[in-house]
Amino acid sequence: MTAVPSTSAPLVIQAAKEAAWTILVVGLLSFLMVGYQTEVLQGQQMSFVNRFGDVIWAMVLIPIGRFLLVLARGGLLLPPAVLGGIATLYLFGAAVLGLAGSPLYGQLPLPYDQPMVNAIFGVGAVFILAAAIKGQRDRRRGAQTLEMREAAEARQARIARNMSSILGPILIVLAIVIPWTPWGDRAVVDSLVLVMTYVMLGWGLNIVVGLAGLLDLGYVAFYAVGAYTYAKLSIALGFTFWESLPIAGALAALFGVLLGFPVLRLRGDYLAIVTLGFGEIIRIVLINWQSFTGGPNGLGNITRIDFFGLPFERNPAPGTESFHTFFGLEFASTHRVFFLYYVIIVLALITNFVTIRLRKMPIGRAWEALREDETACRALGINPTNTKLTAFAIGAMFAGFAGSFFAARQGFVSPESFTFIESAVILAIVVLGGMGSQVGVALAALLLIGLPEVLRDLSLYRMLVFGGVMVLIMLWRPKGLLAYREPTLLLHGRRKRNKAGVQS
Amino acid sequence: MLKISGVHTFYGHIEALKGVDIEVNEGEIVTLIGANGAGKSTLLMTICGTPRARSGSIVFNGRDIAQMPTYEIMRLGIAQSPEGRRIFPRMSVMENLRMGAITSQPQFFDADLERVFAIFPRLKERAQQRGGTLSGGEQQMLAIARALMSRPRLLLLDEPSLGLAPLIVRQIFEIIREINREQGMTVFLVEQNANHALKLAHRGYVLVNGVVTLSGTGQELLSNAEVRAAYLEGGH
Ligand SMILES: Nc1ncnc2c1ncn2[C@@H]1O[C@H](COP(=O)(O)OP(=O)(O)OP(=O)(O)O)[C@@H](O)[C@H]1O
Ligand SMILES: [Mg+2]
Repeated sequence: MTAVPSTSAPLVIQAAKEAAWTILVVGLLSFLMVGYQTEVLQGQQMSFVNRFGDVIWAMVLIPIGRFLLVLARGGLLLPPAVLGGIATLYLFGAAVLGLAGSPLYGQLPLPYDQPMVNAIFGVGAVFILAAAIKGQRDRRRGAQTLEMREAAEARQARIARNMSSILGPILIVLAIVIPWTPWGDRAVVDSLVLVMTYVMLGWGLNIVVGLAGLLDLGYVAFYAVGAYTYAKLSIALGFTFWESLPIAGALAALFGVLLGFPVLRLRGDYLAIVTLGFGEIIRIVLINWQSFTGGPNGLGNITRIDFFGLPFERNPAPGTESFHTFFGLEFASTHRVFFLYYVIIVLALITNFVTIRLRKMPIGRAWEALREDETACRALGINPTNTKLTAFAIGAMFAGFAGSFFAARQGFVSPESFTFIESAVILAIVVLGGMGSQVGVALAALLLIGLPEVLRDLSLYRMLVFGGVMVLIMLWRPKGLLAYREPTLLLHGRRKRNKAGVQS
Repeated sequence: MLKISGVHTFYGHIEALKGVDIEVNEGEIVTLIGANGAGKSTLLMTICGTPRARSGSIVFNGRDIAQMPTYEIMRLGIAQSPEGRRIFPRMSVMENLRMGAITSQPQFFDADLERVFAIFPRLKERAQQRGGTLSGGEQQMLAIARALMSRPRLLLLDEPSLGLAPLIVRQIFEIIREINREQGMTVFLVEQNANHALKLAHRGYVLVNGVVTLSGTGQELLSNAEVRAAYLEGGH
């Protein structure tokens, strides 16, 4: 935070004016909505309780925030950075104490009683801090020449590449050994199964969004197709997970083609809207086609995953073997969880491996080229429709695999698991990870799915933290955590840098 | 090799080509000159199928390609260095060249790459650089090189001299001459730089407002009074 610009006096005045207006607006808005609360007394009488203290607090705090935000946007960075930072730490710290039930919470001078409300003001403080940081960054950039910016970009790309090539193998090894470490208890591995499912979904969607550049907001539809395919095959025909896995993938891919065919001539926003619609159609069909899908109640009693023919059951039916009897082990519920975990790791790594291979094949190159310039691609003899359809179908296929796994894990599927928010989360994973970056996607999944799991005890607040983290990432790394594109082709001798199978 | 007869092309209600007849024979360099907005790029793109000719025929090696989809036309052995170059900015030079070869047999790739690098040594030096960070002249070279990678029989070039320094322009035209002479490549060259283009080309056409008004050998057109007045004097 460097010298204060000489124009700071008018800026402060302007900020003060805006703050004054904000006092008025906040006062008017909150007077009725916050100032009075209806309460039902005994005997079903209604009465009002006034909360003018809360209104006053809002009328003080929000204008201060507004004042600092205007300063930050105007380039006066020091006060917003310092005050925003202190307020962030204080309010979130207090919220955590409050949630943890610490007696300290009661002694802290805080504007509101409920930790939740204080945390909301904390989010406001994060915004102010972020605006100051962004201002500082823009200022540094503004002073740079084009070459300096190019060099900085190249440096960032190099860092991202090195991070990816180091982090990739480390993450894989960690993922494999974690069940055998002291931290690897059942609950943790269970959460990791969820995380890995989203890693796989992220990698699958990455083919569509990151490589082919097709904004798909209905990806969850293919996940649903995979899940219901296994559910039906298992219930109606007695298929095992392994038998139905390829069918689920194929069917999801077929749905990908069916959706893609009519819509792939659309671009950008239009494609996004139509895919969003498709996701909803699938969900609504699942809800309403009672006889086939069980409607809102879903389908239960799906055969759980088995160990290549050996079920994980405490008391196998007479004359049959179970996993633990076959291997002469004591029955433990962790067997199934651990096995599920390794299955999803393998499925996810297959997704990753296929993606890496595809990128170096003509079809993968065509996807990337198509994202850059469709007209040029056509002039090179590429059929854009077929190329996009392949991306859609392959992406959908992996979602189908993941869906099938989901059903085999839960033993139960219902339309509730396939709402739009799922598509949004998967897309967020891809975007936050850095479009096209495999390691970045894995990290983002860990953050976006793992963090809320860790914070589960904080119930409602986890969504707040989640939102805060998203905002921060977008401010700090607008291109994603590890935005970097590995060239697919080198001039002399193909260098073997990424043996480990994961690369950016 | 290529015979365009009575082609009309429209953008909405605007008629950009009003019945154009042009012929390009095997092994020739044919140039098309004309002022801004005459419809030169439109003609080149019409050959490639976007936009589509509303009437008339475009026959390439005995096949009418006027109604074929673009990507199929390009697979018949036509390659194009389009207006504005349209290289892939985020991809490296190598990857751009690989994209050019996407429809040809993979086993030719290494030999073709050698050949293209021999013509454009500059690109070899920059093989790993991102397309978007190349200089204008290098990008133009890349666009031509990418087109050559598909082993075309007919090369379509849209204003390869646009925005380049005179020295580079001379280089590029020299390269076109070489490609034509040594590989027998047929070239259809759209140019504003009439002086250079007509000196290079075997034959030329002049396009005015979507109509071909003059045609002849390069030398004939160079000495034609109308051409001199409209495209040569005062310019270049
Ligand atoms: N996509 C388009 N939509 C509508 N009109 C277009 C389009 N492209 C070109 N035109 C019009 O068609 C006419 C011919 O354009 P064209 O690009 O073929 O000219 P040109 O001879 O290549 O010119 P220049 O030398 O400036 O590149 C122009 O009047 C132009 O405005
Ligand atoms: Mg033009």
